[in-house]
Amino acid sequence: MDLRMDIVVEYFPYFMQGMGLTILMSVVGVLMGCILGFFIALGKMSSIFIVRLPFVWYINFLRGTPLLVQLFLFHYAVLPTVLGSTTAITSVMVTLSLNSSAYVAEIFRAGLQSIDKGQAEAAHSLGMNKFQVMRHVLLPQAFKRSIPPLGNEFIVLLKDSSLGAMIAAQEILYWGRAAAGQYLRVWEPYIMVALMYLVLTLSLTYLLNYLERRLDVK
Amino acid sequence: MISVKHLKKSFGKLEVLKDINAEIKQSEVVVVIGPSGSGKSTFLRCLNLIESITDGTVTIDGEVITDKSVDINKLRTEVGMVFQQFNLFPHKTVLQNITLPMITVRKWKKEEAEKKALQLLKKVGLEEKAGVYPDSLSGGQKQRVAIARALGMEPKIMLFDEPTSALDPEMVGEVLEVMKELAQEGMTMVVVTHEMGFAREVGDRVIFMDEGYIVEENEPQSLFQHPQHERTKAFLSKVL
Repeated sequence: MDLRMDIVVEYFPYFMQGMGLTILMSVVGVLMGCILGFFIALGKMSSIFIVRLPFVWYINFLRGTPLLVQLFLFHYAVLPTVLGSTTAITSVMVTLSLNSSAYVAEIFRAGLQSIDKGQAEAAHSLGMNKFQVMRHVLLPQAFKRSIPPLGNEFIVLLKDSSLGAMIAAQEILYWGRAAAGQYLRVWEPYIMVALMYLVLTLSLTYLLNYLERRLDVK
Repeated sequence: MISVKHLKKSFGKLEVLKDINAEIKQSEVVVVIGPSGSGKSTFLRCLNLIESITDGTVTIDGEVITDKSVDINKLRTEVGMVFQQFNLFPHKTVLQNITLPMITVRKWKKEEAEKKALQLLKKVGLEEKAGVYPDSLSGGQKQRVAIARALGMEPKIMLFDEPTSALDPEMVGEVLEVMKELAQEGMTMVVVTHEMGFAREVGDRVIFMDEGYIVEENEPQSLFQHPQHERTKAFLSKVL
């Protein structure tokens, strides 16, 4: 089998652009997912059933339906209706943010609930109010425990951003499909695509390992 | 100082406190003893509303804390609590453990809080540990820090929930020593403990609880030597 390196060389700048967009969409998805996920976690932990209910179903829906289906739903139906129009990139970012927020919410909830009950009791016994207990005692400890599962979630999210190619968001896989279509070759473009994702996920893995070690020192 | 009338507490269908009546005077050291499951910890936890009260009234320093309108957080600064499991904040240094509530609740300036915290650490003999994390302390040291942390709020009453039960035997003494000192300074204290020696030496009064009731209460000498009730006798014969 002969590999045509000229295809790789010709498309390399596009792959790099695609990589930039993949990173951008993933970072936005992760950040928004964390912010939203935090509030959803709090909502789902409410002791009032009626308050809890919408958060439970938000998570049920986003974890219980395929991401690709969510992407189509938002890109073709929800966002055009709500915003009037949408771009592929917007749709991917919105869908990734919402989807990851559901997973992140469960990570945060598990983290918060894993903190010994005595911590909150001690803080309350000193006169701290609910907000202060959360802010100074529970969250710092829960966040530290959430870092390993959050890292996994970020890696999954980064790979899932490839679904953006299905609605022509010009990320890595989009350019792979373009190259495959132009030259009617499958090996070079898709190996290239796979390698680029591998570079991204491995970099992220090492970054997260470093972060975990750093934060363990306190 | 503390007045408890017809206090009842249920967890679901399980009634843990059935009808508790007690008066605790200023500067009094009251030791609560009893078999496990007798409700003594729950009784203590009701006094600073860490456990919600099902029925009855509790008055602390003239304030009816069972009223809906009571400011729970303010009440808790007046009633310090020390736990069996220490419950120090592991992500904060010893000094920060003590200054955190001073800064967040009392709104003191950081320097002021640190100065006060160091004084308290000196009092419990741990000033050289100010900068370390709780992980590196022994159980006895952790409990002394926890006492210093509670004292930082300048409470009028201190509640101790089996403060030495999680400690290795050789560390019990150092914690009891700090508590004894506190009692001598005139702190009002309610202590749930299995340390009968402490009860006898430091306690002004001993309350014996069983099955959600106060069965008997008396001065330590009288209660230990002449228990009036069969259940008290049975319990004391096992622990003394």
